[in-house]
Amino acid sequence: MKTKENDIILQTCTKVVLFIIILFSVHSFFAGHYEPGGGFIGGLMTSGALVLLLIAYDKKTVAKILPIDYKIMIAVGLLFAVGTAAGAIFFNVPFLTHAFGHIDLPILGDTSLHTATLFDLGVYLVVIGVTMTIIQTIGEDE
Amino acid sequence: MINFLLLPIIVPLLTGILLLFLARHITAQRWISALSSFGTIIISALLVQKVRTDGIQTLNLSNWEAPFGITLVSDMLSALLVLTTSIILFSCIIYSFFGIGKEREKFYYYAVVQFLIVGVNGAFTTGDIFNLFVFFEVMLMSSYVLLVLGGTAIQLRESIKYILVNVISSALFVITVGYLYSIIGSLNMAHISSRISEMGQTGILTVIAILFLIVFGLKGAIFPLYFWLPGSYYAPPAPVMALFGALLTKVGVYSIMRTYTLFFYHDQSFTHQIISVLALLTIVLGVIGAIAYQDIKKIIIYNIVAAIGVILFGVAVMSPVAITGSIYYLVHDMLIKAALFLLIGIMISITGTSNLTKISGLIQRYPGLAWVFFIAAASLAGIPPLSGFFGKLLIIQGGFGQGVFWGAVIVLLSSLLILFSVMKIFVTGFWGSARSYEGEKNVPVKTLLIAPVILVVLSIVMGVGSETVLSYISIAAETLLNPDIYIDAVIKER
Repeated sequence: MKTKENDIILQTCTKVVLFIIILFSVHSFFAGHYEPGGGFIGGLMTSGALVLLLIAYDKKTVAKILPIDYKIMIAVGLLFAVGTAAGAIFFNVPFLTHAFGHIDLPILGDTSLHTATLFDLGVYLVVIGVTMTIIQTIGEDE
Repeated sequence: MINFLLLPIIVPLLTGILLLFLARHITAQRWISALSSFGTIIISALLVQKVRTDGIQTLNLSNWEAPFGITLVSDMLSALLVLTTSIILFSCIIYSFFGIGKEREKFYYYAVVQFLIVGVNGAFTTGDIFNLFVFFEVMLMSSYVLLVLGGTAIQLRESIKYILVNVISSALFVITVGYLYSIIGSLNMAHISSRISEMGQTGILTVIAILFLIVFGLKGAIFPLYFWLPGSYYAPPAPVMALFGALLTKVGVYSIMRTYTLFFYHDQSFTHQIISVLALLTIVLGVIGAIAYQDIKKIIIYNIVAAIGVILFGVAVMSPVAITGSIYYLVHDMLIKAALFLLIGIMISITGTSNLTKISGLIQRYPGLAWVFFIAAASLAGIPPLSGFFGKLLIIQGGFGQGVFWGAVIVLLSSLLILFSVMKIFVTGFWGSARSYEGEKNVPVKTLLIAPVILVVLSIVMGVGSETVLSYISIAAETLLNPDIYIDAVIKER
């Protein structure tokens, strides 16, 4: 791979745009229950941001910024999704039964929380893990 | 515990996820997958017993009432198939310890095997037609990985064909479910069945029935849709071949059984006639392939095709005796095909070739292997005290009882040629003058033999104790013949 010494414009733009993309993807992840969005599209957009980072810099730099093993991320995501669903077994209600409640959090105040969000978080992590594993594996192949 | 029928799906799933974390620790992977698959056997045996005492088990996922959510249904047929699947999983994992090689074990082999079982057990247990599709995909994607894992040239070539065929058939599956949904307006199998019986099976539903037959025929390899199978199953190593040969096509056969006894039983003179003719052609073509080849893998692979024809012929006859025979033969065939693939896997690792003309005299060095193979071959052909006999007997009885004489005669004659094809392996490969082979010292034959011996012993037990086994199978047949039992169990208030 060639060094990217002249990519100042691309790299500077990336630094600004990256956070906007990640914020937008996190927003659509949390909006999933009431508006279009959710774990799948949120995960895709977050990995889109990471791909932009890969385009602007090379792989080693990105691995230094984010030292993540994406294959483990897939497993963690699956564990979240299955764990949330299987939690129902311990309360002797059917698998995948979700719980819902208003909880008084210290700073945020009265917040409505749903275990489906944890399931969605699992989807989010799996999508990022799978996308990044595919792209990095193809990228490594020389 | 109301989630009990879910455990045969969730235990392999959690095991598979756990194994993803332990990719580099081969010993830990082996122990965990062996222990969890043994646990799955115990759980599914308890499930069979529970279905026998308490009737059909249902579970509405996420607590939504029956037609609106996904329902998992475990009747006797699916519970028995789940038990058989778990036994095959356990023996294939034990065989893999010394039969698959460290290179494959490092690259998520055991995890993918567990995901394959999630798909198979899920497909057997689900009560929702679209969920069946999803579990089919879980199963197929794991099978793509298992087929290509190792990356030899033949595996790469054959997995391209296999993926192409299965992507097309999966697309057709989705289209067919779309048609069915646009007419019936429901995806819950019990609800679909009751709505079809209310409105009667019109012409368009018969078209959908045939589309389902094409979809599941592609997955289950019936004539003329079996063309992909002999090449694809030839490529992977023995334990993967055993998993494929014993489980994958049988899921297609199970789906044909389920849809044609639950949905499309109103126009039998048309639909079941077609299955009957296709099943007989499948038997004939499978048997021709089995006697034509001098390659031990190909011989056993074509025996899969022939056995699928026999099972489907019993389904097409649709009499209580024939359905009982089909279920019995299905369970027997899963066990014995896995055993045969593992046995020829040992033969191939001893001799280094699958060409029958280059093998001879194995019985003098490996008498244990030879006699286990002999019993498995006799059981496959249907020699009386063994398990292959009773299923075929009932199917033939059913055929004669319903006046399908030609069909029953073809099934009878096919047994003769199947016996010929496997005895050809025995006579040519095991008898004759002994010769030595390169690298046979490194093959731990005694250790590898444990897994097929478990399966063959089970096959003998199933034949000798056929009285007990039949008491379970007749419960399964009763549900298949009376869809109302199934519908009442799923939709409680009608």
